[in-house]
Amino acid sequence: MTSSTLEYTREAVQKAVSTGRSRDRNTASLVFLVLLWFSLFFGVMVLLVLIVNTVIDGAPRFDSALITRYDSTLFPERTGFRAGILGTVWLMVTTAIMAVPLGIAAALYLEEFADNTRWYNRLIELNLQNLAAVPSIVYGLLAVAVMALIGFERKGVVLGGAIALGLLILPIIIITTREAVRAVPNDIRFGSLALGATQWQTTWRQTLPSAIPGIATGTILGLSRAIGEAAPLLLLGIAGAVRFDPTGVASPVTALPIQIFSMTSRSQDEFQTAAAAAIVVLLVMVLLLNGLAIFIRNKFQREW
Amino acid sequence: MSENSSATPGPPSGAGLAHASVDLRPRPRRAESVIKTILMGSALLSVVITFGIVLALIEPVIHFFGQVQFGKFFATEGHFAVLPLIAGTLMTTVVALVVAVPLGLGAAMYLSEYASKRARKTLKPTLELLAGVPSVVYGFFALAFVTPTLLQDILNMDVGFTNALAAGLVLGVMIIPTVASLSEDALSAVPQSMRQGSLAMGANRMQTTLRVVLPAALSGVAAAVVLGMSRAIGETMIVALAAGAQKNLSIDPREGMQTMTGFIAQTAGGENPVGSVDYNMLFAVGLLLFLITLVINAISISFVRRFRQAY
Repeated sequence: MTSSTLEYTREAVQKAVSTGRSRDRNTASLVFLVLLWFSLFFGVMVLLVLIVNTVIDGAPRFDSALITRYDSTLFPERTGFRAGILGTVWLMVTTAIMAVPLGIAAALYLEEFADNTRWYNRLIELNLQNLAAVPSIVYGLLAVAVMALIGFERKGVVLGGAIALGLLILPIIIITTREAVRAVPNDIRFGSLALGATQWQTTWRQTLPSAIPGIATGTILGLSRAIGEAAPLLLLGIAGAVRFDPTGVASPVTALPIQIFSMTSRSQDEFQTAAAAAIVVLLVMVLLLNGLAIFIRNKFQREW
Repeated sequence: MSENSSATPGPPSGAGLAHASVDLRPRPRRAESVIKTILMGSALLSVVITFGIVLALIEPVIHFFGQVQFGKFFATEGHFAVLPLIAGTLMTTVVALVVAVPLGLGAAMYLSEYASKRARKTLKPTLELLAGVPSVVYGFFALAFVTPTLLQDILNMDVGFTNALAAGLVLGVMIIPTVASLSEDALSAVPQSMRQGSLAMGANRMQTTLRVVLPAALSGVAAAVVLGMSRAIGETMIVALAAGAQKNLSIDPREGMQTMTGFIAQTAGGENPVGSVDYNMLFAVGLLLFLITLVINAISISFVRRFRQAY
């Protein structure tokens, strides 16, 4: 054997051994691999079936009445989701105004100012992990108590729903903002501090702007979670049958997921069709938000 | 110089160079500390929220147990019985885990051990799309497709219009990304040297994955499963739509059974005046739900901590 073939063989053996690929060809291994493929694509298949099935169910109702008319029990074939769509927009904007600044402030404190060895900072940390997994319906109960505390008598208003959704997405915003802020390299902070900037000036003028794409992505993903939530809103007395546009934060409101829920519970087939069509609208809204988040991440996010 | 820096115009550093005594001690900055306090207040708000939840729940619960005996709440039947609700939650959660644990773990093993870096970059977000679908949509899907088409027509099963099986199956699909994502983190954290050792002993990739990487990542995988479980327990809209609205203490998943979250959603939708027994019971069930998920999350967090310590 010449030395070059020896070299070649050794390389090939090394490559095969280091990945284990050479011994992947027996039946058990192949079955295992097929099972892994199946589990990976099972979810995607379900999603496809879900979308196709819903689109077919809702197809007869893809008309303008769907988004321009109000809910109607008398004419189920012409019932619409105008109040729900506008209500969802109102809820999202109010939620964002409340939750985003708070979430960013909390994340900045935890990443830039907090001393992690102090017990109270560790408590906040642990508490955040817990809050992120609290069932959404419990936030509804909390928002009911908050509304009672500030003495708001009216039920089913924008403010109450936004408080519930804001509380719900606050942990998400804090966690994603922290990740974005943590990804900013220390060199930038040291450079700023070395030029005489204070800690806050460094945070406000250097760290935060560098982290904006990550924060925006996390915030939008949080909002896209909130947009589909119905459970906490139910507790605040937000019902499906609202037949006017919301006019302010104290105005009674409904939301798209709530309307879908109440349509689904009605027995006539026309309402099921309308619910399916409204689901398509909701999915488009969620997908647009997710697409926006991905776009921002790919376009503006820097790899340090 | 340090006393009257305002008196000398121009850059103080240049002036300071001539003298040896520059005051380098940090000066107190009032605005800075105000800002820091504000930021800290926002962070502390998360703690306030937790205590708020407990307080908000406890007050009506105390009223509730003033009106209803303890034994009637923790009973198997009756208007105030909570055990059938817990059984319903348990049933849908178990069905969900039967779906989500093998599938989530399989997806995680593929992503961590088999997929190339580029494939992972596209496959992971695709899988996570599943978590982005609103739960009311899943509920509609369970009601409009899984029960009538899949269970009744294709599998020819004798199930009711609402049943725990359909709700649990769809719930399982919803938590696949939760299980997969955390498990993948755990599997990827296993050091490469362990894989290399296994491969050098002549094991193939399947054997390495199942007998070396998976056991090494077990605490992380357990954390993923427990977190998925907590999601399943707390999920509301799927079970409110598809699991049924009747309390039913049964071990047959083909029957409709109400869960804790389903009960809360249904009662909240009805007209119960503030302070009535039924209204207060809402909070009693809510507190129970909160405590259950709190314990489960604590278990999950301690598992995660263990696997972080190991590597």
